[in-house]
Amino acid sequence: MDFSITMTGFVALYIFMLAGFAGWVIIGHVPAILHTPLMSGSNFVHGIVVVGGLFALLNASTVQEQAISFVAVLLGAGNAAGGYAVTTRMLAMFRISGAPAKPAHARVHHIKKS
Amino acid sequence: MFTLIPQLVIGSADLAAAFLFLFGLQRMSSPATALSGISMAGIGMVAAVLASFLYVFSVSDAARPHLMTNVALALIALALGGGLAWWSGRKVAMTAMPEMVALYNGMGGGAAAAVAAVELFGTRTSGTTLGVALLGALIGAVSMSGSLIAWAKLSGILSKPLRVKGQQIANAAVMLVTLAVGGAIIFATLSGAPLLLPTSSWIYIFFGCALLFGVLMTLPIGGADMPVVISIYNALTGLAVGLGGFVLQNPALMIAGMVVGAAGLLLTLLMAKAMNRSVANVVFTNFGEGAKHAARTIKGSLRPVAASDAGIAMRYAAKVIIVPGYGLAAAQGQQKLYEFVKLLQAAGVSVRFAIHPVAGRMPGQMDVLLAEAGVPYDMIFQLEDINDDFATADAALVIGANDVVNPAARTDKSSPIFGMPILNVDKANQVFVVKRGEGKGYAGIQNALFYGDNCNMVYGDAQAVLVQMIEAVRGLGAAAA
Repeated sequence: MDFSITMTGFVALYIFMLAGFAGWVIIGHVPAILHTPLMSGSNFVHGIVVVGGLFALLNASTVQEQAISFVAVLLGAGNAAGGYAVTTRMLAMFRISGAPAKPAHARVHHIKKS
Repeated sequence: MFTLIPQLVIGSADLAAAFLFLFGLQRMSSPATALSGISMAGIGMVAAVLASFLYVFSVSDAARPHLMTNVALALIALALGGGLAWWSGRKVAMTAMPEMVALYNGMGGGAAAAVAAVELFGTRTSGTTLGVALLGALIGAVSMSGSLIAWAKLSGILSKPLRVKGQQIANAAVMLVTLAVGGAIIFATLSGAPLLLPTSSWIYIFFGCALLFGVLMTLPIGGADMPVVISIYNALTGLAVGLGGFVLQNPALMIAGMVVGAAGLLLTLLMAKAMNRSVANVVFTNFGEGAKHAARTIKGSLRPVAASDAGIAMRYAAKVIIVPGYGLAAAQGQQKLYEFVKLLQAAGVSVRFAIHPVAGRMPGQMDVLLAEAGVPYDMIFQLEDINDDFATADAALVIGANDVVNPAARTDKSSPIFGMPILNVDKANQVFVVKRGEGKGYAGIQNALFYGDNCNMVYGDAQAVLVQMIEAVRGLGAAAA
């Protein structure tokens, strides 16, 4: 058995096409009131690039590769952690009439304490 | 077996992450479920990051001697980058959100470019993968330097748009050079014969040109258009991450990147529409350089009214709609505004907020600022949901907004904002406009609303005016008791 993933050009294009379509439809349903958290939230989602950085860094065999992929992980982790922090902060502020106001620092999730 | 199980775990974690990203974004369709949605996406992210450490079981032979160093470097990078960004994200003011998003976005673009760079400098790539890696590197690098310029502009470090003659020709030339260098890299790698310089030098030149292009592209765009620009770069970073995912053969990156790409594109188009402009117009023309249109001057006079009288008039209205703009946030008046609204509600007045799509410094920012002040989201309405109700409102309070309530957008074909969707405040029975002075809005044009028979001007700082309104309404209550 083999769990490695290999994608040729057309499989990749199918994935891109379906993901782009799903994104368009899903994002189209987000109400305008949430557009700022949506922007920071989708910003957080592309922080997944940190996984690519980790792959490159763990496979680095020269100082140059180590340096560049270190930067990739550093920036990717910043993208993910920062995007998540601001998005949850903003979303925690939204409440409906009659509901008690949540304190601004409620629901702090710690991501990436590794 | 030693590589099989880690492979299975990494694959499953990435699959789960991709699912949770989509599911989390789907839950953003309502403010009630959005927070739980983004938390789920966060769990997916943590799972994918933790699982990726299992790559240690399948590293190449060349990397094996460096494994301990690499793991240590990875932990340092995660803690440092994640920690600093987390700390800044917890601390940043809600009004500074646009520049923060720009900064995080630039980091993502830089990460995508760096990942592509590792692949380019390595010898693993060939053919299609090489082309895709170059494209990802180009888009990521442009997105990084462009986002950083956007950040500098939004945070006030760069205040004036830099415009010189022939700029667009220069930009196009830089782009062509970048593409030519990319072509040289592909040729040299495939033929195995370096052109003039070693291939690694060409790669450095390639990145240099791409970064330069991002800077040149963004410098001439005015500060008020930066939200559209950030949205474009958000989409571009997504695209770069998606392309990087193809190079690394990681579908989770491809899906996440492409979803963000689509999201960014959609938001960009929505924003451009709300600003009454095309995306090309934002990026390639220099808006805001003094309105060239001979703006029609309006005859009539402005009628100032005391803040206390305005407050009392709204207290005796049955239905009030409030139109807040960024001027309110600039005066830090949101808390006072909600205090005033609560007084009105206690007196039995129906109060709602009407938000224009481009209110604030980025779309939706006004909603976040109101939520921060404690305004429940069921009191906040978007343009298309509330615009017909102005006709039946007893009073409308415009506070810190100008161009988005200018009826010239409906009637005056010569106006630069003609055709822009506006809030129909002029249809309300009575209108109060809180304004610092008689100045014009961002578009530099006079506002016909202010000269209408139903309009009264309340001059002063938004916060000070609201304090006077609150005192006036409180005074009534005391007198009645």
